[in-house]
Amino acid sequence: MAGTLLTVQDLSVGFLTEQGLVRAVDGVSFDLEPGQTLGVVGESGSGKSVTAKALMNLLPSYAQVGGTVDFDGRDVFAMGANREKHFWGVEMTMVFQDPMTSLNPVKKVGEQIAESLRVHLGRSRGDALAEAGDLLEQVGIPEPAKRLTQYPHELSGGLRQRVVIAMALACGPRLLIADEPTTALDVTVQKHILDLLDDLRRTRNMAMILITHDLGVVKGRADEVMVMYAGHTMEEAPTATLFAEMRHPYTEALLETIPRIDTPSHTRLVPIPGRPPEVIDVLDGCPFAPRCRYSIARCLTNQPDLTSHGTGHLCACHAPVGTPSGTEARAANESTGTTATGLDMDQFTRNVPVADLGQSGEEG
Amino acid sequence: MAGSGTAHLRGHDDVVLRVENLVMEFPAGRHQVVHAVSDVSFDIRRGETLGIVGESGCGKSTTARAIVQLPPPTSGRVVLDPGTDQEAELTTLEGEGLRQVRPRLQMIFQDPISSLNPRRRVRDIVGEGLHIWAEGLDDEQIRARVDEVLEAVGIDPTVAANRRPHEFSGGQCQRISIARAVVLEPEILICDEPVSALDVSVQAQILNLLEEMKSRYGLTLVFIGHDLSVVRNVSDRVIVMYLGKVCEVGGADTLYSVPAHPYTRVLLASAPEPASTVDGSEAAIGDEIPSPMDPPSGCRFRTRCIRADDRCTAEEPVLRTLDDDHFVACHYPTAAGPSGA
Repeated sequence: MAGTLLTVQDLSVGFLTEQGLVRAVDGVSFDLEPGQTLGVVGESGSGKSVTAKALMNLLPSYAQVGGTVDFDGRDVFAMGANREKHFWGVEMTMVFQDPMTSLNPVKKVGEQIAESLRVHLGRSRGDALAEAGDLLEQVGIPEPAKRLTQYPHELSGGLRQRVVIAMALACGPRLLIADEPTTALDVTVQKHILDLLDDLRRTRNMAMILITHDLGVVKGRADEVMVMYAGHTMEEAPTATLFAEMRHPYTEALLETIPRIDTPSHTRLVPIPGRPPEVIDVLDGCPFAPRCRYSIARCLTNQPDLTSHGTGHLCACHAPVGTPSGTEARAANESTGTTATGLDMDQFTRNVPVADLGQSGEEG
Repeated sequence: MAGSGTAHLRGHDDVVLRVENLVMEFPAGRHQVVHAVSDVSFDIRRGETLGIVGESGCGKSTTARAIVQLPPPTSGRVVLDPGTDQEAELTTLEGEGLRQVRPRLQMIFQDPISSLNPRRRVRDIVGEGLHIWAEGLDDEQIRARVDEVLEAVGIDPTVAANRRPHEFSGGQCQRISIARAVVLEPEILICDEPVSALDVSVQAQILNLLEEMKSRYGLTLVFIGHDLSVVRNVSDRVIVMYLGKVCEVGGADTLYSVPAHPYTRVLLASAPEPASTVDGSEAAIGDEIPSPMDPPSGCRFRTRCIRADDRCTAEEPVLRTLDDDHFVACHYPTAAGPSGA
C-alpha cells in the first residue's frame, strides 16, 4: 500500500465579506499515505475546519477555493457533486464535533446508518439494517440490535458519537476526516473515542485527518502533525520530531501556555498575548508576529515561506526556535525589552495585565 | 464512592465559606426526582482556591449555583464567615436579608459573551453593582473606580468603556465579566468553567489574570472545571465529584500525585496526556453514567468501578481521612490497598 492517497497542493479558501476578502486558508499543502494519521492543530479561526470542509466539498458556493486536491490519481475539485456522488461519503467521509447536530433527531439510528449503504452501495433495506447492526458492534456499542431502533436523543453523547463514526465507516472509506471529534465529550469518553478511531484506522488501513485544538490529543496518535495559524501552515513534522525539536515560536508558545497535568499547582503559565487574528486581505508579514516573542523587523514585511528543518520537518519562520537566528532574535528582544512588533517582553515573565485591545479593538 | 461525610471539614479556622450536607434535587415529572447534588460538604479558607472537578452531570455547577442560592438548595447549610460576627447563613436568609449578603459572593460564567447584556455599554455593565451598593460614592467616584478595575483586568477604559460586548472577543468579554465581579470587592468569587469557551492561547491570560485578581483583591476562589490540568494549576485544594457526590478531597498536588479514589485515577488516566502517577490502562471504564434520577445504591461509582464488590452495593462509603489533608470516600482506595478500611 505504498504511495500517497491524498495530495493537497496550495489549497486556499477565501470568503468575500463586507470588510474584504477573508483568507480562511492560504496556501496549505500536505500529503497523506494510506493508514496514516495527520493531526491538524490550530485554534478557532486557524482554518483547520475550513480545510476539512474544502476537501469534503462542503463549502458554500460563494467560497473562493484555489489549489489542487488529488485523491488516488483523481482531481477532487474537478469532480461534480452529481457525477461523483459516490465519492464523498464513500471513499472520503467526515465526523463532526457535535454528535447531536450531525444526527437526524427524527430518524432511528439504524435507518440513518443504513441510508448511506442503500444510497451508495445499493443494498436492500434488510441487508443494510443488518450491516448497520454489525457496524454498531464494530464501534463498540453494546446491544446493537436494540440501539438500531432507538432515536439519537435516547443515547448519551459518547454513544451518539460512536453512531456518527459508524455512519462514516459504513461504506468503507479510505480517508476519514475527524473534525474535533471529542471536543463536546467528557474526558473519559474522549479517550475511548480517540482509541476507537485509532483502532479502526489500523484494522482498515484507512487514512485519517484528526483535527483538534489540543496538542495533547495528537501526541502519540498522529504520525504527522501540521500546526495551523490564521490559515497558514506554521509547522509540519513527524509527531515525535515536532515535540522533540519544535521550530516554530507558535508551536512552542502553545505548549508553554497550556497547563500540564503533572506540573505543580500555581505554576505560572506563559501567556500568548493578544488573540488570533482575522485575516482580511493580504498579509505583509507573518500572521503570528504581533504575538511572537521572537519577532524581528523582517517578520513585519516578509511573510516567511515553509523551509526544511530536517526530514519531513517544515517550518515557516524567519527566526525559528532552537536555531542561531531564533536564539539571537529572542536574546535581542529580551535585551531591548520589546519585540519588533512592539510587544512588551516583560509580560512573558511577570504577571502584567495584557491589554489585548490595541490589536483588535479598532478593527470593528 | 462517594460520599457523604464531613471528615474533611476544618472547623472555624479562618474558614470563609462552609457548605454542609448540601442536597439539590429537581422534580422530573411522574414523581421522579433528579438527584443533582446529594449530601455534599466542604469548606474554603480565606485566600484559598478550591477547585471542583468532574464530568458533566456530576453536580459541580449545581453546587456553585446552590452556594449563591440560585436557586436555593433543597436542604443543607451554606454559611459565610462562620464563627465571626459577619457570619451569615445564606440558606436561612431570604428577601432583603439575602440581598444584603449577595455582594460578598460574585460569580463568573462559562460563556463570556452571553453573560454580558449586549445592549449595555461596558462602563454600565461594570458599574451597575456600584450604583446599587456604593452609597457613599458619587458618579465621578464610581467612574474612577470602574476605570481602575477595567485597567486591572487589562482593558483600556478610554477605548473600551463606551463600547458594547459584541465589539469584544471572548477573552476580552471574560475580562469584563471578571471586572464586573471584582468591582464590589467580594469575599468569594465563584468561577464556573471560566476558560472552557476560550481558545487555548487566551486561556492562560485569563488564568493568570484570576491569580492576579486573587492577590490584588484578596479573593477566595471556587473554580469549577472539567479540565484536570487547568484545575490543578489554579487550585490549592481540589474536590473530585461524581454523580452528585464527593469522591476525593485533597491538596491539589497531593490529590494529583497520590490519587486514591478509583474515579480520580480514571480521570487522570483519561486525560489526552495521562498523568504520570497513573497507568494509561486505568482509563478502562464503561461509557455510561447512570441516571441521576435513579442513582446506584451504596457507592454511586460502583457500576463503573473495577474494584467494586458487594460491600460497595450495600454500604455507601463516607469520606475518611487518608493522610494529612487528603480524604477519600471509597471502601478500597489505592493508598490503603485492596484490603480496605
